[in-house]
Amino acid sequence: MTSLLKNSDLSLEKADKIVSETLNSCDDGELYVEDTKSETIVLDDNKIKSSNYTSDLGYGFRAVTGDTVAYSHSNEISEKSLKNSSDNLKSTLKNNSGTYNSEIKKTNQKLYKDIDPIESKSMKSKIELLNNMNEYARSKDSSVKQVTASLLAEKKNIEIIRSGGELLSDNRPLVRINMSVMVEKNGRKETGVYGIGGRQDYDEYLKNDNWKKVCDEAFRIANTNIESKPSPAGEMKVVLGPGWPAILIHEAVGHGLEGDFNRKKTSAFHDLVGKKVASKGVTIIDDGTIDNRRGSLNIDDEGTPTERTVLIEDGILKNFMQDRLNARLMNTKSTGNGRRESYKHVVMPRMRNTIMLGGTNTQEEMIKSVDKGIFAVSFGGGQVDITSGKFVFNCTEAYEIINGKVGAPIKGATLIGDGPSSLKEILMVGNDMMLDPGIGTCGKAGQGVPVGVGQPSLLINNMTVGGTQL
Amino acid sequence: MIKDQDYLKKIADICLSKSKKLGSTDASILVQSSVSENINVRNKKLDGSERSENLGVVLTTYLGKKKSSIASSNLKESNLNELVDRCIETMKITPEDEYNSLPDKDLHFSGLKDLDLYDETHLSNEDKINYIKEAEDEAFSNNKIVNTNGSGFGENKSNFLLANSNGFADGYKTSQFTAYCEVVSKSNGSMERDYEYTSKRFYSDILKPKDLGSIAADHAVKKLNPKKIKSEKISLIFDKRISKNFLSIFASAISSSAIAKGTTFLKDKLNQKVFNTELNINDRGDIKKANGSRYFDSEGIGIINLDLIKNGILQDYLIDTYNGKKINRKSNGRASGTTNLYFENGSKTFSELIKSEKKLLYIKETIGHGTNIINGDYSVGASGIMIENGEFSYPVSEITIAGNLNNIFQNITLADDLEFNYSTNSPTMHVEGMIVGGK
Repeated sequence: MTSLLKNSDLSLEKADKIVSETLNSCDDGELYVEDTKSETIVLDDNKIKSSNYTSDLGYGFRAVTGDTVAYSHSNEISEKSLKNSSDNLKSTLKNNSGTYNSEIKKTNQKLYKDIDPIESKSMKSKIELLNNMNEYARSKDSSVKQVTASLLAEKKNIEIIRSGGELLSDNRPLVRINMSVMVEKNGRKETGVYGIGGRQDYDEYLKNDNWKKVCDEAFRIANTNIESKPSPAGEMKVVLGPGWPAILIHEAVGHGLEGDFNRKKTSAFHDLVGKKVASKGVTIIDDGTIDNRRGSLNIDDEGTPTERTVLIEDGILKNFMQDRLNARLMNTKSTGNGRRESYKHVVMPRMRNTIMLGGTNTQEEMIKSVDKGIFAVSFGGGQVDITSGKFVFNCTEAYEIINGKVGAPIKGATLIGDGPSSLKEILMVGNDMMLDPGIGTCGKAGQGVPVGVGQPSLLINNMTVGGTQL
Repeated sequence: MIKDQDYLKKIADICLSKSKKLGSTDASILVQSSVSENINVRNKKLDGSERSENLGVVLTTYLGKKKSSIASSNLKESNLNELVDRCIETMKITPEDEYNSLPDKDLHFSGLKDLDLYDETHLSNEDKINYIKEAEDEAFSNNKIVNTNGSGFGENKSNFLLANSNGFADGYKTSQFTAYCEVVSKSNGSMERDYEYTSKRFYSDILKPKDLGSIAADHAVKKLNPKKIKSEKISLIFDKRISKNFLSIFASAISSSAIAKGTTFLKDKLNQKVFNTELNINDRGDIKKANGSRYFDSEGIGIINLDLIKNGILQDYLIDTYNGKKINRKSNGRASGTTNLYFENGSKTFSELIKSEKKLLYIKETIGHGTNIINGDYSVGASGIMIENGEFSYPVSEITIAGNLNNIFQNITLADDLEFNYSTNSPTMHVEGMIVGGK
């Protein structure tokens, strides 16, 4: 039974009639209905600066034939509006004709509970928590001059109606707790940012005074950076810490392995399946099935159950990440990577939780082996040009390594590398695989979706570090 | 079709009167309606078409100094009633903030609306497809262009109404026509992508399709077979599509919110020399047909023109009501940020600029998010072209450029080639002595 159409003049039967009639002569497509509630509360400069509650309801109607996609979306859920969309789709595809592929895998996968994280904690206790975070962070040291803390919770319910009346649904909770601390000492200002989250209630993340650890970590990073010295510039060895630094994997190879870029042959990886693209011992997966993780989904936004997709195995490129459209055009199956930011957006192959599996080396060995290099522990954002393969990311916590020892912290260095070649430069893979704390959002073609990353410590032979010290 | 002002007004009235009834002392509301149609073409074939109709409402209610907001795309009266209830309930338990208030009534916009921000031209999907196919055709006439990442044409029309319980109620229609062409070049095992982009309020003002295609192709071909250079200190020339980013950084560093919190490297720099003395930065909201022009900001405050930098000296901040109160300043209508922000032209020609030193690196693209507004540190990935003795010699990639914005701003020299293509615009820029990280 559909619940998202309930307050409209559309029954499932009526909707299905329009959907089936529109999609019968197409290769694929669906009606995607979404009801999202979200709440953001921000404490800034000692005050609750804003409390925003958003309620968004709408549909996206998609018809696909060959490699042409027609899409129409609206937040007016009615028979009239859906018929207009149908006319619009038909007129775009009037010269094309296809055969509807009604095959879609079924699942009973339950990776998170059907809860509403917004309602599960009272407004009063959320405000109290933010005030406590603010006070606690400011009490850590008199050098703390500014604190911003925020709580974000979302409940996204989706329904997918395919031609023939098949209905698939998923109810997705998501929360995030963020902290940013600015420290000022000796005329210098630095910030530290940290956050946690995933697809559970706030309280799961707040157990054992965990919120204090979030504050501690943000303060620690800011306080470390206040002592930092200018970053060196040039090529050198890089040791990456475990966990969040895996955004290197996400940027360096993840995007380049998304099906659309490879079907279009614009990715630097498009002709490398079966070839060696990384050092021996490097295995990278994209896993949508880990319980309660930010990047996990029971079904993707086309209704395909998510799975654990092996991308690179022991250095060899195995698979791309696919949605239904790109899979069909490349004669393969969807890997459950079809995602969209909301009903306002078309589906694209997107990452879920992208993870490099652990190896046998210790972080200590890696650092010991470096004469001159840097040890990068945490990062801000990254970006990639999938065609040339060049990627960058910005260190938010990094240290120099001199003669096998970790030295002084260094300032905001940028690392730049070449995706297809940088994984071949991996010299050691650590035994300390860790997932990130649950804060990642990936942007592609203007759409942001929650993702996860994970990796062990890594030693990379050669990367270009961008700094000001020659 | 986009909704008319009467429809928007009706929604606003429902919410405003309901929130008053439930006890809010003040309220403000934004109701928006937009329709956009986008066409994507790839390798000269239709790749996708997208039509979106968007409605939305954002309501902020006040109880004295307490405040809360809700937003929704579901404008059914029953849903609106439920949301206003929720907004009021949350507002009541939100702590007071002495700076919360509606904007100063005296600053409300009232005046003529004669900036020509709406072009009612409607292109059929066929016309859109033809435009973008012509652009791709032109790009493919360059024999090193082997593929496209997709090219597109978009038409957006919107209407909005902003109202508050102090009697402000105004809104207007705007339009935007956008086209881009992104192509892939290939030669000797090297593959590169690049693009050209045009976006204007009036259809007649956007680039001609042939120009769009040929410029995109030219960019992509010039990037082929790049070299990586050694780390060194070198002066850089920033192409216009990059130089404008420094204006955006400058704008976020002088926003009253950053100034009030002290989280910007330009705090306490008012009336001080921030750029070299030849530089002037203006923000003008009243340029006819321009992308950044507007009559009032998101609080309803009329836009005045600001000379932000005069002879290198910082004259003003970008101020909204809330943060203005924190720093004892009245709003200057910048709650929605800058309008048309630009550097005035410099005195050198482009050619003089690239001949000003024996060796210069011309930056055409930067990637990454390496700007720290708090301390001014700047470090990004980049690619571009080496200039030797005033001639473009070879493409360069996989390098980083770094410096501190305090120094970068003081070392800028501008060419005289300013154009108003975007809402933020800069002439070509020369920055003396930055650190390039390479081999």
